[in-house]
Amino acid sequence: MGDVYLELRNISKRFSGVKALDGISLTIRPGEIHCLAGENGSGKSTAIKVISGVYQPDEGEILIDGQPIIDMSPVDAIALGVQVIYQDFSLFGNLSVAENLALNTQLREKRTWVNWKEVHHLASEALSSLGVTIDLEAKVDTLSTAQKQLIAIARSLMSNVRLIIMDEPTSALTGKEIASLFKIVRDIQTKGIAILFVSHKIREMLDISERITVIRNGRKIADGSTKNFTEAIITKHMTGLDIQTEHFVWDNAESTPVPRLEVKGLGLTGCYEDLNLKIFPGEIVGISSLLGSGRTEFALSLFGLLPGYRGEIRLNDQAVNIKSVQDAIDNKIAYVPEDRLSEGVFPTQSINRNILSTMYSRISRHSVIDQNKAVQLASAMIEKLAIATPSGENPVNQLSGGNAQRVVIGRWLLTGAQVLILNGPTVGVDVGSKAEIHKIIRALTREEKRLSVIMISDDVPELIQNCNRIVMMHKGRFVEELVTARTSEDEINAKLKSFR
Amino acid sequence: MKIFHSSEAVIGLILIFAMIMIGIVNPAFWDLENLFGLLQSNIVIGIMALGVLLVMISGGIDVSFPAIAIAGMYLAVNGMLMTNYEGVFIPFAVSTLIGLLLGGMNAFFVHKFKMIPLIVTLGTASIVRGLVLGIVGTSQINIDRFPKVLINFTKADIYTIVKPDGTTSGLTAMLLIYLGVAITVHILLRYTMLGRSVYAMGGAAESASRVGFSLKKTTFFVYCASGALAGFAGMLHSSMIWLCNPRDFVGMDMQVIAAVVLGGASIFGGSGSVPGTMIGVFMLVMVKSSLILMKVETTWQLVVLGTILIVATALSALRDRKNRV
Repeated sequence: MGDVYLELRNISKRFSGVKALDGISLTIRPGEIHCLAGENGSGKSTAIKVISGVYQPDEGEILIDGQPIIDMSPVDAIALGVQVIYQDFSLFGNLSVAENLALNTQLREKRTWVNWKEVHHLASEALSSLGVTIDLEAKVDTLSTAQKQLIAIARSLMSNVRLIIMDEPTSALTGKEIASLFKIVRDIQTKGIAILFVSHKIREMLDISERITVIRNGRKIADGSTKNFTEAIITKHMTGLDIQTEHFVWDNAESTPVPRLEVKGLGLTGCYEDLNLKIFPGEIVGISSLLGSGRTEFALSLFGLLPGYRGEIRLNDQAVNIKSVQDAIDNKIAYVPEDRLSEGVFPTQSINRNILSTMYSRISRHSVIDQNKAVQLASAMIEKLAIATPSGENPVNQLSGGNAQRVVIGRWLLTGAQVLILNGPTVGVDVGSKAEIHKIIRALTREEKRLSVIMISDDVPELIQNCNRIVMMHKGRFVEELVTARTSEDEINAKLKSFR
Repeated sequence: MKIFHSSEAVIGLILIFAMIMIGIVNPAFWDLENLFGLLQSNIVIGIMALGVLLVMISGGIDVSFPAIAIAGMYLAVNGMLMTNYEGVFIPFAVSTLIGLLLGGMNAFFVHKFKMIPLIVTLGTASIVRGLVLGIVGTSQINIDRFPKVLINFTKADIYTIVKPDGTTSGLTAMLLIYLGVAITVHILLRYTMLGRSVYAMGGAAESASRVGFSLKKTTFFVYCASGALAGFAGMLHSSMIWLCNPRDFVGMDMQVIAAVVLGGASIFGGSGSVPGTMIGVFMLVMVKSSLILMKVETTWQLVVLGTILIVATALSALRDRKNRV
């Protein structure tokens, strides 16, 4: 197929001096599934907005069917066949399925009056063309994410669409739902409609797309047929670095080390039983398990959020009793939760304040905060953890997932933590930032203080790469301990599978 | 049963149940005279509530309507007295127009500066009340000076009963105006794209603008409509009680919002309907009048009304949260 539906030629777009897009070129052919790959902040969303007419490029040309399009508005883009399905689907949860489907058509026809009969007619046609049945009267709020997505897709197909842009379409879907989404996407493709998948999930790109364009920092890095790409190549293009896959090695400095943290016969009814574990200074110990194994409860108990345990917790060979978060902090135990946005950070507060939030009592005299010291400490931490922000005064919710995670880690390092518990440290963090976080954690274990880390993760490669030991947990018990150097991803996956 | 999924049906059933209960406690409730009185009390609150309903569906709130109502009616009636005008249409039109303009002011600040509607309308309410009292005057226009033409206009009845003692009691024709307004708002909300844009904006403002609704147009529409209906209702209120008091409508904001929420509108925006609101208004008026019949002191009535507002809002919040998950 030599013909091209849409072409971007050397598109650049600046925002207050910063180049979000820098000479991007992209061609989309009719009926192809094309992947636009890039990390968060690489310019993917700006590119979508240029294609859909939300932004006008500063330089470069947009061609549709070979015709240059000048000053394309969102309405023009829709008229030329471009539809975008945003991550939030742009649906109206308070309105019925039927109305959600028919609304755009009615707006396009510039109607004054609503003809409900026609609304239903249009809607049922749209759904049956996708081959799905959803109650037309149901309010969209009552539907599942996958169903909402179907409605968004059905709605986009109701116009004379030639290209559907899907922004991170799989991020909220289960594996099964992803499979059925892909089936529908291939179905749409047979109608000659092109699909642009915008994603940072490499495996899915390789699975679904025919061509891939990788962008980084607003520039096109690579493009071509999916056949010519592998996971490693895409990762390299997306991040610009060779992600080190070198395994973590614990260098045991002392000949007879004192365990940093030791739990003996730890139990909490209904959560976990008889846990025994020793962690030495500078070790990273992984916990691998299925969900609901009691691992999070174990972490919460160590951090004083689930007190009332039986058994003993010893720190540096001293028995300690952890009844509250304050006890945990005093004993230099820190915890970074899974859901950092709701549990870990104060999203609207500044980075500095977030980093310092556990520190204020220590940097104040007579309840007055020593501002100089505060700024010093915070900016030193921002630098140490390479948090990408123009200023520590910016709110945390402006940061990417990886940077927000570093803010939480930084906060605990300031408290002088000796044991750091990470629960899902890189969930929702993109590849480059993930590697960066791993690097930081490893470095911390080698510093003077020799941080000990417990890493809880569902991401088996992450554990293999970063832990020197991995404890398998199942139904509230530690069932097996593996030395990472003598195990493999496959072995752990097989064990996890046997737990099911 | 599908019918129970519609919140109007549920509210309607609650209303019928409440009416039966009140009727058992106080059989005089079912007297036609009492019912006529009840319906008459619905008119002004109801028209105001329909305006507030529009604003609430769009995701906003308006607490300036009592002040706007006062501004409309006080200016219009004073104007009539000054010019010795003998007509009905122009004063109502003027009052409505004043409301429309003040509503437009609310919309301007809400839309242009993305301000929180509660703050904007609180400010407007205070400014408008202050200006009316400060510039136009503080004196009440009593029945002796009140324009006769307005009194005669509201005296019209649709239906009159003669009581055993020979006195008559009628169902006011003003009810037809309320019904007319209600039907208009209902058709607007249900059958026009403008009405649907109110729901769309209340459900997801960002999406609404993405699909091509003009949020500016919708915002101006709801606040102007709310203001205009308030101005109109103020004039009607004054005409019906043959009195024009620039300090009137104290506590009306809470009652009207309570009625709208009782009628099933969501405090988060995006849902609500005209039939529901009308039932909510009826329920509120009924409770108020029953409290009076039961000789509950006005101070305690406030407690009851406040409780209704909070409970109704809490229930609606609970319902919406459930739906969202």
